[in-house]
Amino acid sequence: MATSSKQYLTRGEELWKGRSEKVNAELFALTYGALVVQLIQDYEDYAEVNKQLEKMGYNIGTRLIEDFLAKSNLGRCSDFREVGEVVAKVGFKSFLNISPSITHHAAPVSTSATRPTSTSQATNAGSSFSLIFDENPLSEFVELPGDALEGGLWFSNVLCGVIRGALEMVQMQVSAEFVSDVLRGDETTEMRVKLIKHLEEEVPIGDD
Amino acid sequence: MAIFGLWVINKAGGLVYQRNFADGLAQLTSNEYLVLAGTLHGIHAITSRLSPIPGQSSGAQVIEGETFKINILLTLTGTKFILLTSPAEPASTIDVLLQKIYSTYAEKVMQNPFHTPEMPIRSEAFDVSLGALIG
Repeated sequence: MATSSKQYLTRGEELWKGRSEKVNAELFALTYGALVVQLIQDYEDYAEVNKQLEKMGYNIGTRLIEDFLAKSNLGRCSDFREVGEVVAKVGFKSFLNISPSITHHAAPVSTSATRPTSTSQATNAGSSFSLIFDENPLSEFVELPGDALEGGLWFSNVLCGVIRGALEMVQMQVSAEFVSDVLRGDETTEMRVKLIKHLEEEVPIGDD
Repeated sequence: MAIFGLWVINKAGGLVYQRNFADGLAQLTSNEYLVLAGTLHGIHAITSRLSPIPGQSSGAQVIEGETFKINILLTLTGTKFILLTSPAEPASTIDVLLQKIYSTYAEKVMQNPFHTPEMPIRSEAFDVSLGALIG
């Protein structure tokens, strides 16, 4: 159903207020910070730390989506654009009480002839959206040291994993990665989420 | 008016949770429950492809017999919650109950980091809260 962006914001707001157990933001930021620092000490390789953060996020995302769907009662999104809207306005709002702004990018037009009978889902593949975070509760008081900057650490990489895990559980394979981060000295913190493909539901009748 | 039982089926069709609440249905062995759950999963998959209107179909939601009613909630993640009730149980209460069960599942089962998704549910917290919900 075509729901306006304002309705999504309201829904996100309602869900946030409806949560009975909220955790102290500083404790949350400290816990996450301790986690990242420990990972850096254990792995000593920033690319590996990024990977581990993403993996942890994936695990979180696969579980978080059930909570999100159970509480929000939202139906299936009609296209990837709507997915982006829901993630930005309902998802992030209801869990972190932040509303990143979103810009949509259409799929690049392929030069090979597209089948005219392909479903709207198939033509979505390749489209993407960018989430721009003007506040990030994970990194409130963080300053990255020199070698983390050189090593290419994405401090909030867990969020990329969460998005990837959550969307995979609703049959969308996406890639999510940060393209800029204010902690690295960039102007904005931006995460780019790109739809790789829709995962077709397997019907394994009689496969045992 | 009674709730006979609850089954939870993962997205592959395997039974991950089964519990009886009230008497009224035949007692089956755990193997029989597994087979029934797999069958229901297959039937549900077929019914979700049958729709007079093209597009997403939710598949079978209620299957009624003379002495019981099977209510199916299919989540967007592919998990199915099957509530077996007496035929007289009103649809509105069942829908609300299924949503609450889904909510409880999301909290008690999914938020336990030691629970592997799609695996059988062995969670005391889930059992206790279901007991409180259904009685």
